[in-house]
Formats: sequence, structure tokens, C-alpha cells
Amino acid sequence: MAKLILSMDGLVLKEIPLSKERTTIGRKPSNDIQIDNLAVSGEHAVIVTIMSDSFLEDLGSTNGTIVNGNPVKKHFLQNNDVIELGKYKLKFLAEPGVQAAASAADFEKTMVLRPSAMKAAVDQARAAAPSGGPQQADKARAAAVQQAAGAAASAGTAAKESKAPAPAAAPTGGAAHATASPAPTGAAPAVAPAGAPPAAAPAEAPAPRPAQLLGAIQILSGSNAGKALELVKPLTTLGKPGVQVAVLTRRPQGYYITHVEGANQPSVNGQSIGSAPHALKDHDVIELAGVKMEFFVKG
Amino acid sequence: MNLSDALEISSCTDPGIVRSHNEDSVAADPANGLVVLADGMGGYNAGEVASGMATTVIQAEVAQILGNVEPHLIDEKTNKVFAELILREQIRKANASIYQAAQAQSQYAGMGTTLVVCLFYDNRVMVGHLGDSRLYRLRDKKLKQVTRDHSLLQEQIDAGLITPEQAKTAAHKNLVTRALGIDPGVEPELHEYRTQPGDIFLLCSDGLCDMVSDEDIALTLKALGRHLNLATQQLVQMANDNGGRDNVSVILVRVLREYPAARGVVGKFFAWLK
Repeated sequence: MAKLILSMDGLVLKEIPLSKERTTIGRKPSNDIQIDNLAVSGEHAVIVTIMSDSFLEDLGSTNGTIVNGNPVKKHFLQNNDVIELGKYKLKFLAEPGVQAAASAADFEKTMVLRPSAMKAAVDQARAAAPSGGPQQADKARAAAVQQAAGAAASAGTAAKESKAPAPAAAPTGGAAHATASPAPTGAAPAVAPAGAPPAAAPAEAPAPRPAQLLGAIQILSGSNAGKALELVKPLTTLGKPGVQVAVLTRRPQGYYITHVEGANQPSVNGQSIGSAPHALKDHDVIELAGVKMEFFVKG
Repeated sequence: MNLSDALEISSCTDPGIVRSHNEDSVAADPANGLVVLADGMGGYNAGEVASGMATTVIQAEVAQILGNVEPHLIDEKTNKVFAELILREQIRKANASIYQAAQAQSQYAGMGTTLVVCLFYDNRVMVGHLGDSRLYRLRDKKLKQVTRDHSLLQEQIDAGLITPEQAKTAAHKNLVTRALGIDPGVEPELHEYRTQPGDIFLLCSDGLCDMVSDEDIALTLKALGRHLNLATQQLVQMANDNGGRDNVSVILVRVLREYPAARGVVGKFFAWLK
């Protein structure tokens, strides 16, 4: 969680986590952060926190709100920004790791990249291509996309005063430059939904499947008696189509047998399994379409 | 023409393991041969609102129009089949509804949705899509991806910047380049395909294709294609077993028999008898 460090004359007074969507700052006791000083207005400013992004907004205070030495009306807070209210200083510390990587769940949310941003991304990729080859171009493009995403996140809520990088960043000569060039002025929202976190982090590799036990079936009766079948696939069908068919599914928690077709359901250890999936245990004996087979775990 | 005995339809939508709510919506109208799937996006519950509006508006409007227009006929003015005109117009209508709602109410600002919609008629299917929700088709035991995502990743693959292999682990998988409800206007991609008895069509949100490999999807459809309800459950279960990081939605449509449009007076009479 992001937090604010309240200090005066270099003396740390308080640490305030930004746990709420709206954190109000002012002289009145009704504020979340009360600063009892006459230079501070009754309702001075508010910090709106959406996901991992925080936005500071001045609520028309008498003496104004200053961030890093500049008066602001609305501001997309970045790590280490210093907010000044009279003699008091509030240092904004972003959640560790957030700027490098939004959480997996967040950045996987689908977002729209609108044509205007797309064009900027492509242009940047093209600009980078002659000098750096396709890989560089890809990087530049990815960087442009990140900029677009970041800009939208800030522009959507922080409005036009935002100083975040915009998709229409200055023309660039190479990939490295593309990542670093801040846009000179107001960022047009390029990506929806507004307020969504920047899709800056590379996607995680698909989650590796948890180590699953390997099971197998050995036929006990009929013409194929003695044959064994390893159950490697996520599902294996067994039986005779038109007579009786069951499917064995391989899941993280083990193997299951489910009735698929036929008037009768298969049985496990002499008991009919019914229509719901039935969990298999080591050495269970399955009877299906007149054939007996044993399920066992190979480990 | 009632298609409910020519098409078998099964659908399922599930929030997945990680997400607390389901922003996907599905709708099916077997009699009219229409299926719609949408994957919404936007803060709070706006995603559900957008996808819900998309499926509801398209289903209701298309059903109403099909009462008056035969989709296989060709419009004299545009020389296009009515199915295409109907879908394009209703997708635009849904877009306008979502866009206006997003403009009017601040809590819905920026909401939008992907879309994949199929209208079956006259041994054919008209497919419309926007974004990264997909249509697959299983025919002769082969699974084929019918739609091409409108996503940054797909554009990168097309441009040769990355290989489909690299795409599986790439960044910004989630950025779509077209969606419903984001802009005042929308340009859906529409294509017509012939269908064959035995074809299985799979509409799905990215919660399925991101979590389950095409091979496993094909395996499931081949093994359980005659039992669509089991197949939909199996697909959703596999997505969840693999992590279920997103909402998962699946619609399966199996073509049971030919369904040619009734042509001429005699054909219409027989269609009426059915």
C-alpha cells in the first residue's frame, strides 16, 4: 500500500497508509489527515487512490497545494513526490514493487488500446526500426504502449493537468529514448478503462501446472487383458461408443471418472458411480462396457 | 425458420478462481440460431454492465428483426446478405447504448466489452467479433481458430515482431485494439462461413484460451463433442484447474443437420409444416 510521511522542519510526525479510496487533508477534524495549522484550509486537498495509483487534488484551498515546488490543482502522485501544505510536508511513497510490476490480476484485465495510441505506438516502432532492427522496434512499441497505458491511467482521473507521459510523446530516435521521453503537455486518454493500472509489466509465463500424479489403467478382463494405458492427457475416453463411454479427467487434485453415454453408468469397486464425477483412488477397479480395469497411481 | 432442432447449444460462464465477480456475459437464442458472448471491462461493476448490455441488446434486437427479414436474402441496395447487415446494425446499436451509458454515468466511464456473435442461417454462419473473444471450429477432428483477435499482440504477430510461441508469455496480452462501447462509432469484423453437419463451434472469452492450450480444447471437443454440456463443463473446469485467473465463458454450438433456408412457395410450405 502507498503511504504518506508527514513531517515538519525535517521532523517526521506521522506515517499514513493510503488505505481508503479518498483520503482528505485539511484543518478540520473531519479530515482523514488533520493538520491544525492556519495556513491549511479546512478542507484543503484530497488524495484519490484507485488500485495502485494515487491522485492528489487541491480542493480550492486558500494557500494552494505545492508538489515538488510547483503549485498543482490535480496531480498524479509518483514515488517520492513531496506535497507541501504551509510548513508541513507530506512525502508520497508508492507501494514497493508497484511501479515495476502491477499485480498479475490487475494487468491481466483487458483494456482497450485506442487507435490514436496505436498509431503513436506504431510510429515509434517505425522510428526505432531503422536503427535498431525489429527487436528494438518491438521494445519501442512496447514502451509506447506502456506510455499510453500509463498516460490513460493518469489522464482519466487526473484530467488535463497531468504531467504523466502521453502517448503522443515527442518523436523519438530509438528505443531507449522512447521509454524516457515525457510528453510536454496534457495527455489525451488513450486507453480505457480510465483509472486502470498501467500494463507495464511483462506477463507472467502461464502458471506451470502443479506437479500432478501420473495414473494408469490396466485392463483386467476381455481380449485386451494385461494391457496398460498411461493417463497422460487431461482427459481420456474409455468404453465403446454407442454402448457405454466414460471419460477419465486428470486434474490437479487427482483423477476423476465421469459417465458420458450409455444406459448404465460405469461402476467403481462394484458400485455404480452415478452421473456426477467420481474421484479415483489407487487400485480402484472400474467396470465399463463389460470390461474390468484397474486404476493405479504410478507416482 | 426455427433452428432449435438443427443446432445443439450449450453455454457456461464462471468467475474463475481469482476474480471476485464475473464480467463476462453469454446469451443464446436457439430458435433464431443466434449466440453472443461478451467479455466486459471497466472499473467496479462497469464491465458486467457493458457485457450484459451487449448480449441483451443484440439478442433482443436481432430476434425482433428476424421476425420480419430473412437473413439469407440479399439486400438490393448494398448487395450484401441481410445477415451481415442485421449484425452490423445491431452491434452498432449495442455500441451506442454502452457508449451513451458510459458518457451519462460517471461510474460507467470508460466501460467497454469485447464481443463475438454468430448468426446461423441457411447452412451458413455469419460471425462478428471485436477484441480478443474468439470463435473456434472443430471439423473433421481438427480445431481451427476462426476469428483473429483485435489485440496488440495479434498485430505484433502479424507484423512478424514476435512468434506465436513468444506471444504466449508476452507482455500486454490484455490490450485489445477494438471493443464495443469505447467510441461513438464501431467497426465490427464480419465474415460468413459455410457450416457442415457435425461441426462444433466454440465461442470463448480469453479466460479460456489464455489458460487452456488449443490441443487440450481440441481433445475435449473430440472426446465430449456429442455431449455438449459435459464439454462446456470440462472446458471451464480445465481453465480453473490451470489457475482460473480470469472469468471463463464458453458457448458450444453443434450443427446436427443441414438447415437450408426455405426457398420458394413450396419450400416455405414445407418449412411451415415442420
